[in-house]
Amino acid sequence: MTAVRIPPTLRNEVGGERQVEASGATVRELLDDLAERYPALGAQILTEGDLAQFVNVYLGGEDVRTLDGLDTEVAHGQTLILLPAMAGGCDV
Amino acid sequence: MFSALRPAGSLLELVGSTPLVELPRLSPKPGVKLYAKLEGQNPSGSIKDRVARSMIEAAEASGELEPGRHLLEPTSGNTGIALALIAKLKGYPLTCVLPENATEERVRLLRLYGAELVRSPGDEGSNGAVRVALELAEREPRYFMPFQYANEANPRAHYEGTGAEIAEALDRVDVLVAGLGTGGTLMGTGERLRESFPDVVVAAAEPLPGDPVMGLRSLEDGYVPPILDVAKLDRKVLVSNAESVAALRVLLGREGVFGGVSAGAVVHVGRMLAEELEAGVVVCVLADAGWKYLSADFWNARDVDESMEKTVWW
Repeated sequence: MTAVRIPPTLRNEVGGERQVEASGATVRELLDDLAERYPALGAQILTEGDLAQFVNVYLGGEDVRTLDGLDTEVAHGQTLILLPAMAGGCDV
Repeated sequence: MFSALRPAGSLLELVGSTPLVELPRLSPKPGVKLYAKLEGQNPSGSIKDRVARSMIEAAEASGELEPGRHLLEPTSGNTGIALALIAKLKGYPLTCVLPENATEERVRLLRLYGAELVRSPGDEGSNGAVRVALELAEREPRYFMPFQYANEANPRAHYEGTGAEIAEALDRVDVLVAGLGTGGTLMGTGERLRESFPDVVVAAAEPLPGDPVMGLRSLEDGYVPPILDVAKLDRKVLVSNAESVAALRVLLGREGVFGGVSAGAVVHVGRMLAEELEAGVVVCVLADAGWKYLSADFWNARDVDESMEKTVWW
């Protein structure tokens, strides 16, 4: 199982939890597993089978968009982090 | 290029041409050289002087910005201070929209530099500042908003400045690390460095936001800066506040370089990627120095992440 951290924005979709678990060998499998168990979450983070525009997904602290995307393989002990895309930083 | 021995006509001429310094005590192995580009040495203290000058001069050149207009920008810090400096020297008033939870130094600095301030709700974070600024600009036509998130003059400042300076200074660059905010530094510097060093890895250090900063808005309120093309990043690494501050302390303790919070994050990622190299050159762009963060609680906090989670730090 892989730990998945849920941002405040999406906690209502997982019954208020800060962290849930998911199973799968790739990021896609993890997200599909989540979407099956928490359909409201799936509707927010996936658009037509791809990552929704305003969600960022990190595996081992790196954005999966700069890894192999949804096909990125998940190693044992890694954590998946979901975050909303926000206007960057302090310079706003 | 500006020569330090010749007097400058004004601070406008002293933007850019920042020092590049090796950080030998931070390199994880003998074959890897780590360098820091000290953007805190720009006239108003950050890399944003480049962006502010570039955006204002581009708008003047295109005719969009004329005497009598009033500049407006959503910014809680470095961009505002930089715009305030450049706007002052060029004779434009400036209003900054910034979240209520911006640090006191930033607020004081902006006021001292002569900017007018409009505060946006702290719990809406940076997105709230953008929203309020867009509404103001819509309502009052005297405002001209450079809007660094969507302004091509932002990455261009780094293509022509930051990137060109690094390419001129070094014979080899394997990794470029910069903080991710608007994406301007990474896009412009990265593009310029790829021309000289086609295999360079362009890596973003990205802040891991605390829960209060993210708020409870829906994903639909999300924002990806139009000038940021994530496909042009080779790596994008989340850095916690605690990791940033730890790296900041190491940078100051071993090399005597006093960086800001994002500089800590950049050095953290720079050292991490340096570990992956057998030999090569890693360049870290340090956006500002640490002075503006002295009043922050995190210097003495037992739990750095917790003490920092209510504020956006870069």
